[in-house]
Amino acid sequence: MKRIITLTVNGEPVEGAVEPNRTLLSFLREDLGLTGAKHGCGLGDCGACTVILDGKPVNSCLVLAVQADGREVLTIEGLADNGKLHPIQEAFIETGAIQCGFCSPGMILSAKALLDESPKPTETEIRTAISGNLCRCTGYQKIVEAILAAAGTAQGKEVS
Amino acid sequence: MRTEHIGKPISRVDGRAKVTGAAKYAAEYNVPGLVYGVVVSSAIAKGRITRIDVAEALRLPGVLQVFTHENSPLLAQSDNSYSDEVAPPGSPFRPLHDGEIRYSAQPVALVVADTFELAHYAASLVRIGYERDAHATNLNEERERAYQPRPREFIPPPESRGNAEKAFAEAIVRLEEEYSAPIEHHNPMEPFATTVLREENGRLLVYDKTQGVQNVQNYLCNVFGYSKGDLRVLSPFVGGAFGAGLRPVYQVFLAVLAARELKRSVRVSLMRQQMFTFTHRPAIWQRVALGAAPDGTLEAITHKAIAETSQFEDYSETVVNWSGLLYRCDNVELSHTVVKLDLHTPGDMRAPGAVWGLHALECAMDELAFKVGIDPIELRLKNYAERDQNEGKPFSSKELRACYRLGAEKFGWARRNPQPRSMREGNVLIGWGMAGGVWEAFHITADAKATLTADGRLTVSSATADIGTGTYTIMTQIAAEMLGLPIEDVTFKLGDSSLSKSPVEGGSFTASTVGSAVKAVCEKIRKKLFQLARKIDGSPLANTKLDNVRFVDGQIRSHNDSSRAVSLIEAMRHGGLSAIEEKASAGPTPEQMQYSRFAHSAVFTEVRIDEDLGTIRVMRVVGAVAAGRILNPKTARSQVLGAIVMGIGTALEEESVIDHTFGRIMTHNLADYHVPVNADVHDIEVIFVQEQDEAVNPLGAKGLGEIGIVGVAAAIANAVFHATGKRIRDLPITLDKLL
Ligand code: FES
Ligand code: FES
Repeated sequence: MKRIITLTVNGEPVEGAVEPNRTLLSFLREDLGLTGAKHGCGLGDCGACTVILDGKPVNSCLVLAVQADGREVLTIEGLADNGKLHPIQEAFIETGAIQCGFCSPGMILSAKALLDESPKPTETEIRTAISGNLCRCTGYQKIVEAILAAAGTAQGKEVS
Repeated sequence: MRTEHIGKPISRVDGRAKVTGAAKYAAEYNVPGLVYGVVVSSAIAKGRITRIDVAEALRLPGVLQVFTHENSPLLAQSDNSYSDEVAPPGSPFRPLHDGEIRYSAQPVALVVADTFELAHYAASLVRIGYERDAHATNLNEERERAYQPRPREFIPPPESRGNAEKAFAEAIVRLEEEYSAPIEHHNPMEPFATTVLREENGRLLVYDKTQGVQNVQNYLCNVFGYSKGDLRVLSPFVGGAFGAGLRPVYQVFLAVLAARELKRSVRVSLMRQQMFTFTHRPAIWQRVALGAAPDGTLEAITHKAIAETSQFEDYSETVVNWSGLLYRCDNVELSHTVVKLDLHTPGDMRAPGAVWGLHALECAMDELAFKVGIDPIELRLKNYAERDQNEGKPFSSKELRACYRLGAEKFGWARRNPQPRSMREGNVLIGWGMAGGVWEAFHITADAKATLTADGRLTVSSATADIGTGTYTIMTQIAAEMLGLPIEDVTFKLGDSSLSKSPVEGGSFTASTVGSAVKAVCEKIRKKLFQLARKIDGSPLANTKLDNVRFVDGQIRSHNDSSRAVSLIEAMRHGGLSAIEEKASAGPTPEQMQYSRFAHSAVFTEVRIDEDLGTIRVMRVVGAVAAGRILNPKTARSQVLGAIVMGIGTALEEESVIDHTFGRIMTHNLADYHVPVNADVHDIEVIFVQEQDEAVNPLGAKGLGEIGIVGVAAAIANAVFHATGKRIRDLPITLDKLL
């Protein structure tokens, strides 16, 4: 039996009728067409499905859509501000932290959640923050550099 | 040569799409009424299906159909129809063809339902009865069944020279060792998936995760009898592949089958577990015997490899030939044979053959260096091959010496004490190891099309792929360079079977192959533009030749006098043209074929090993790569970094563990199959060693997708020996083997 949920996705109120076994990831991808959250394993192993739920990064493949009822979700589609990329997005492009791009939305959102909490993280903090996100292409080094660079850009400014 | 775009660290042109979620992958095309297919995998490794009961699944409202071999329609009959551009000799696997089980977890049914969750649940209700046959999946136990595989296109058969047996018997220094490695799976982060969008007239748009849209289109048209006009394959973004997407994967077959039979749009995504149910890097056993003079001069090399293949195809890769190529030696014996096992056919995975072959060869060279008591680099320099003795040809370029030198300098190799266990900090043993790498610089034929419109915008296209390597970006750079346009005014299109003919994307040949076609088509446009520019009344270029102009900043400019110039837009306007469209094909020339064309590398690693726990950390890697001209240092560096890290996985982590009792791969998820995570990666440096190579291909670029991984496993194994004094010749080097 479907249940009605209401939540905020990327700042917009959203209502949906979902089966209780629908994951938040499926809801975002299939019902809302927000395919920026990726399905890499469905088991909580890869982090490709990372979204920010009430300020915290979560593997949306492990969250049921009904659990997101009444809460606030940020996906990669909502990160840029009116077409202006977030400094982390800029830094990923500039540093060369992307290859196939499949891990990038999850990596960027994990990084965003970190910088919101701690705007000037150490490298170790960055590595810990993205420890749940796998990348098979880049070898991680440029991703860490990108997040460090983004933290630099964001210095002195409030990180949104 | 002065360039505006080529060789510059330009950021990926698809970067914005990828950081905003706008880039759509195969499973991300949604249309109203889309239905979802979930694959049921076989529970046994060999035998046949005696009974399939789908009634319970079909009873669920919203389940549309369960496809099995019992209701699969009659399709093409000949093996040829199921073959593809990359297929090895044999009889390709046909999904749902009959009740035979050829390997564990082969697809046996496709459940199609209104939602993914429902299809998934219904799949769990499909009951299948089997009759089991005895299976064989253990390479080591089956080695004596090895035979010579039928040769595969592009894979040169190993050829021996001289008399290695005699020279080895007579050699003063002799070394003979065995090396082995398990199955690996590519595990790109994006699982294989296909979305088939069915148009009202029955035409199919097939969004597929693949490295070759035209390869998949040909396959589907042959199998299902579609005309190319009625079935188009698209793959604009691919979430990594590493060779896994060279051949059509079974989900594309199943998705098209369901779309055709149900007359619906269908998506079939494989689950992560099912990413372990098709191609893989083959398990292998190798023996290397080196005979040498007391100073290390090689007198005999024997390299023998036995790998697995399936019961239905003869897969082979270039494993042993490198041993006849990398070092000067007149007595070389090479052999590569395979054993049929009850597994899916292996396939090309990043630097196929070279990853295994160079692991054995470069470990053996390290062992020889230690035995004769000279530095591993000195041993390699002493036996440096100035010519390709396999082919009897000169190299188009080979800066391997410089790789050794520059890599060693950067790493600080000179400070290495050759004695094992000579470096430690507390109970942490430190080891330094090195190895060389080599990979072929292929160039094959491709076509490209270019259209320049009157507003000065250029669109170039070819049906190749960008699996994350940077094809979109470097092709844009090449085209922008050729016509002197800003990057923003150039668009490169790929991943669409309706575009100009291109081979699959792989083998590190895309930069040279598609790049040469892009260059050729832009040359045609240049010629046309130049003719138009000269025809303008009072043209400042009237008396100039094409050879004496440059295309730069949107203008055609005289070399000698840059004030004599005509803009591209002006030339088109005067010619009354709204667009110039050209097509071109480019392939290797006989001159190129006179040379042996290879990329080389030298890899240096430092490992730190906890003596009590046996945990190994790779703290430093320096990779020095000589791969011709570097088209884009930013994407290039990323390629090599990623490949080195995958090499760390090969050395220390990656193994598809088979439970031979069931013939089944047990580590079939990312928690059990360990790909490197960021905690495994520390300081890695990449050095590109300059090579000006006009002979290798028109671009002078040798390709970078694979060279970075070659030699990494050996360099780490050699460092582990240096740290501990233990030679672990069986990959991956896990702590249980070390303790
Ligand atoms: S898809 Fe959610 S962790 Fe992999
Ligand atoms: S860029 Fe491909 S998985 Fe990270």
